[in-house]
Amino acid sequence: MESYIHIIILCFLLLTSFAIVRMRDLFSIVMLMGVYGLLSASFFVLMDAVDVALTEAAVGIVISPLLLLSTLAATGRYEKKKRQQPFLALIVAVFTGALLIYGTLEMPPFGSADTPANRHVASYYINQSYAETGIPNLVSSVLASYRGYDTLGELFVIFTAGAGVLALLGLKIKSPKKSRSTVLPPSSMSRHHILRIVSKMLIPLILLFGLYVQFHGDFGPGGGFQAGAIFASGMALYAMIFGLQTTMRVFSRAWLEFFAAVGLLLYGGTGVVSILSGKNFLDYSVLSQSPTDAQHLGILLVELGVGITVASVILLVFMFFASHMTKVSE
Amino acid sequence: MVELTYALSILCLLVGSISNLIAGFGIFHFPDVYTRMHAAGITDSFGTGLILIGLMLQTGWDGPIGKLLAILIFTLITSPTISYVLANTALKEQPPKTANTTHKKTDES
Amino acid sequence: MLVATLIAILVVMLLALIRAFAGPTLYDRILAVNLLGTKTVMFIAILGFLSGRAYFLDIAMIYALLNFIGIIGLLRIFEYREAKSNNKGSTW
Repeated sequence: MESYIHIIILCFLLLTSFAIVRMRDLFSIVMLMGVYGLLSASFFVLMDAVDVALTEAAVGIVISPLLLLSTLAATGRYEKKKRQQPFLALIVAVFTGALLIYGTLEMPPFGSADTPANRHVASYYINQSYAETGIPNLVSSVLASYRGYDTLGELFVIFTAGAGVLALLGLKIKSPKKSRSTVLPPSSMSRHHILRIVSKMLIPLILLFGLYVQFHGDFGPGGGFQAGAIFASGMALYAMIFGLQTTMRVFSRAWLEFFAAVGLLLYGGTGVVSILSGKNFLDYSVLSQSPTDAQHLGILLVELGVGITVASVILLVFMFFASHMTKVSE
Repeated sequence: MVELTYALSILCLLVGSISNLIAGFGIFHFPDVYTRMHAAGITDSFGTGLILIGLMLQTGWDGPIGKLLAILIFTLITSPTISYVLANTALKEQPPKTANTTHKKTDES
Repeated sequence: MLVATLIAILVVMLLALIRAFAGPTLYDRILAVNLLGTKTVMFIAILGFLSGRAYFLDIAMIYALLNFIGIIGLLRIFEYREAKSNNKGSTW
């Protein structure tokens, strides 16, 4: 029964990707990529990978389509027709795909218990993780404690992406530092009273939910990445409805850049504290007397750093992309 | 009493799924985007609401009934808003397609 | 009964997908995407009940909120695009 639903969702994914390739209207393609993200997230939920499903939902439904559409709003809408049919590329792609499928024929069946990964490492995590770290969520403990170096590297990648966008694009509107007036600049959605009222009701709840996902990530699905993405999505909704100038009065550019660095500093600082106390980098046992409390505190600090940096970088990138949409011909 | 709530939840789930199927067929069959919005509105509020109420009746008081209530309230608030904004934006760009769709001009559009 | 509801939701997802592929205008596709989002919320809630895990409802709530944010963002950018092509007033 389960495998039938798996096959159905995978067929949906295949249909969607086929339609993405065949279409020429780029706005519709972006929307279909949102559909692809939704279907992928459902598939992850089917396979019991709920943390990954949360991250895929936040990034694939909100952030990716919005960034792509901000770019498309400045460039053209329709794809140009190709001059020639790329037959050679098709032959190379089919040949490589056939080789890859032939290579996977030797692999063990999906999810079988006697693969090396499941026998040694995964069984150790499943048996020892709660006794050593004291938190029920295996994914958080593996991400933040057993594989802490990898997560630090991922955070550096996110930070570098934000720095790259800062270097390549510029911010086209100045942050209103000097104006203390309380009059909001008019946005064209100011006519939509219903939307403003509904957003005023929902945005605090979205931000609160982001904080819930951050701090409840030890006991349920969640963690730093998901929380940062949800928080940034809530602030992006605020920016879209009430205007970018208003958002920059809440989170100005300097504060966002500062917070992006603070999160990374928090993560790396935990490691440096461990070194200064005489142990290895990111060894959490220096933080407290009992070992499980120390692990718990270390994971909390580290996830907090991840959440702060991810939220700041995503919001910064969104603001940079969106500020280029202010060019209007008046 | 337990059998009554269970039977009621089965009834809610049944009516919810049937209305979802009818509305899904409506989206497939209707000629115009505004008429399709009517069908989508049925499945967003009526179908989803009934299925959620059916699930709430099945859990009892010590289950995740608060979260189901929260999902119900969020869906009931956000779906009509999306329909409204979609209809407003679609009206600005394109006129209705079928001859039977009339457009009454108000002072906002 | 839950399995039958799941199958009904999968059928509606398929119909919405067909509308997303074949809709002649852009707004048909936005409608279909919104419908797919709502059906995914229901899909995950029922899956949570079928497998007996309580935390699936967190994910369903997140999807409902993110669906809203995504669609409103899309429509905002379309409105900007229409205003730009009609040379109307300020947007942001």
